[in-house]
Amino acid sequence: MSDEYTDNKIEAKSADSSSGGYAPPTDHIPAKEAPDQELYHAKSFWTKWVFCQDAKVIGVQYALTATAIGMIGLILSWGMRLQLGFPETFSFLGPATYYQSVTMHGMIMVIYLLTALFLGGFGNYLIPLMVGARDMVFPYVNMVSYWMFLVAVLVLIASFFVPGGPTGAGWTLYPPQAILPGTPGSELGIVLMLVSLALFVIGFTMGGLNYVITILQARTRGMTLMRMPLSIWGIFTATVLALLAFPALFVAAIMMTLDNLLGTSFFMPEIFTMGEKLETGGGSPILFQHLFWFFGHPEVYIVALPAFGIVSDVISVHARKNIFGYRMMVWAIVIIGALSFIVWAHHMYVSGMNPWFGFFFATTTLIIAVPTAIKVYNWVLTLWRGNIHLTIPMLFSLGFIVTFVNGGITGLFLGNVIIDVPLSDTYFVVAHFHMVMGIAPLMVVFAAIYHWYPLITGRHLNQTLGKIHFWITFIGAYAIYFPMHYLGFIGVPRRYFEMYDSPYMTSGVGLNQFITIAALIVGFTQFIFLYNIFTSWYKGEKSERNPWKANSLEWHTPDFPPTHGNFGKELPVVYRWPYDFSVPGCDKEYIPQNVAPSEVPTAKVEKT
Amino acid sequence: MSKKELNIFKLLSEKPWEESQKVIDDKHDGKTLTLSREKLGVRTIMVVSTVIFSLFIVSYSDRMLVHDWRSLSEPWLLWINTIILIFTSFVFHKTKILSDKSEFEKAKNYLLLVGFLTFAFITGQLLVWQHYINLGQYASTNPANAFFYLFTALHALHVLGGLFFWGRATTKLFTKNFNILKIKQAIELCAIYWHFLLIVWFILFGLMIAT
Repeated sequence: MSDEYTDNKIEAKSADSSSGGYAPPTDHIPAKEAPDQELYHAKSFWTKWVFCQDAKVIGVQYALTATAIGMIGLILSWGMRLQLGFPETFSFLGPATYYQSVTMHGMIMVIYLLTALFLGGFGNYLIPLMVGARDMVFPYVNMVSYWMFLVAVLVLIASFFVPGGPTGAGWTLYPPQAILPGTPGSELGIVLMLVSLALFVIGFTMGGLNYVITILQARTRGMTLMRMPLSIWGIFTATVLALLAFPALFVAAIMMTLDNLLGTSFFMPEIFTMGEKLETGGGSPILFQHLFWFFGHPEVYIVALPAFGIVSDVISVHARKNIFGYRMMVWAIVIIGALSFIVWAHHMYVSGMNPWFGFFFATTTLIIAVPTAIKVYNWVLTLWRGNIHLTIPMLFSLGFIVTFVNGGITGLFLGNVIIDVPLSDTYFVVAHFHMVMGIAPLMVVFAAIYHWYPLITGRHLNQTLGKIHFWITFIGAYAIYFPMHYLGFIGVPRRYFEMYDSPYMTSGVGLNQFITIAALIVGFTQFIFLYNIFTSWYKGEKSERNPWKANSLEWHTPDFPPTHGNFGKELPVVYRWPYDFSVPGCDKEYIPQNVAPSEVPTAKVEKT
Repeated sequence: MSKKELNIFKLLSEKPWEESQKVIDDKHDGKTLTLSREKLGVRTIMVVSTVIFSLFIVSYSDRMLVHDWRSLSEPWLLWINTIILIFTSFVFHKTKILSDKSEFEKAKNYLLLVGFLTFAFITGQLLVWQHYINLGQYASTNPANAFFYLFTALHALHVLGGLFFWGRATTKLFTKNFNILKIKQAIELCAIYWHFLLIVWFILFGLMIAT
């Protein structure tokens, strides 16, 4: 009992300061006196590895699940490419299956792979380690979040096996066609898709709650917001965006489910089909499009912002130089996040809006180019006269910069209404968004995996396989998407199952075949990468502690790789930002965040 | 450092590499806000719920303008439910005051009353549904009906979610050896959530009456 009393006394202090209402604190309570976070200590195999509450394990679970479903997305894209490149040779894919492949490929890649990987995977693994916390603030909720995600993925997979197959409405799921007969999967497929999305949103909200509150409230002593690594800034802002944007998808999914199951007409206009008028009427399909893209555009940045953050850290570490313009990088992330909520209708230029609407959204869209360009300049300036180590993470980061600039510039074209209207339904758009939010974030995913793999497993990935992986992926991605821009220019429409003998296709046939072969090779290379991941797990070359000589806290845990509770007995104390590389006057080449000034007395303040 | 104020512009213009800032930063305890994580969690949930309901309200106002909209006539039962909900919030507030004063024996009874009233509210809402179904007013009959069912169902789901945490707090309170501070916080946060749901209901109900 006496133990509990002292326990309560300590808690009383922190609870008082936290409730704010009745007893405003006169001074803040130093972190060391605050009670340590209660951790759930796993006792059995099940609670340790399956129903685990440790954010690191949850992160790996998220990443593996996302990768598994992502592989399905990759294989679906092969089917589509075979059909487009060699329609006569590979005729096993009918029009219905083709549309189903397109839809599932898009949805899987954007939501179940990239969002889950960046926020669920890297977010869970890195946030507690990088901010110096023992775990997420609500570990149990965090665990439930992963299991919700898994259920969402299983429901999505189940839709492949129901009568009618998965939905083929395109990843945007526009009503009314998504739920009318004639669209593949309009019976059960679309319902399972919508249910899966709703589950994903609920699961994500639980995870997002953890990410935001851990970053805001559970940092270690000395870790101010402006001393956080940019990875955390990116993940934080993306999570805030996701918490505010996913509700729109949720709302749209619920209303469309009701339209489908109960016969309401939220989105269903008056429709005549087979000579008969349907009972629905008066609904607005445009409303769905607004809801969808109010989610859909922030979603682009939900994927991109963590990538921006992670790539900044990787570049800084592997170029042994502090990140150029740290504050501006943070501002750019925040500004991009804020702007992303007022640009959504640039996806809807061809849906018949008021022209002034288009004018407004074109303006806001082009304004986003400013903070994005700042980021690109800062990455380049970080590299400028840096001590660049051409490691695999660095190669992928360089690949990211080039690819992102490439996709960003075509985005500037498409942001203008007058250019978007003729290009909107062509392969130009396909090439644009694959460059900017497919290949570019994936490059960062790869950079991040090669960078943090030693931390997670204690072993390096195989370097030769890594180099092969990088060069084929990088060159191959350009072989796929550069010709696609051209196809778009000559007017090849997207979403078509087959072009037959359209006149503009004569010069496109060879290109399409070329793209297909490139896509098959690049896709196959990803399996080499997976092989590398799984074999290096127990066969890879052992990594020494902190192999990249990075400064951020995750590399400076007492155990390597970090174990349950992350930081041994005492939480680290942070004295500096994570970018102290080659500090003038200091005899050490890098100064980790938890090194006290007294340990490096000669180090001068670095101007940036 | 007194009570922390979150001035986002000031915060974002800090220069973490400067000597003067370093002195301040080294003392930072790692918390951005003087709030407990649970309270911040409830607030975040309320923000997300607000976004969800706002988007539904936007959809409602957009859909309302179409000619096939036929307003529902609200039955008197809905008013009774509203009064029950107001009363629940009031009782919960009393509970919170009692628990702040550590009068847990009284608080127990009040907490049970809250649960009873909340279940009464949900039953009342189901009775309203039954009333409409008996009248042949289904969700597919009219968009106004569809929104009515949607709003009430979503609100009730939020209430049920709250009841889950109410249940946890109540069972904890009835065990012999409970953590006083945790119980106080749980009751306070549940009360906040109940008030939030009352406000949401006012807005939804008001919207449905007014149109």
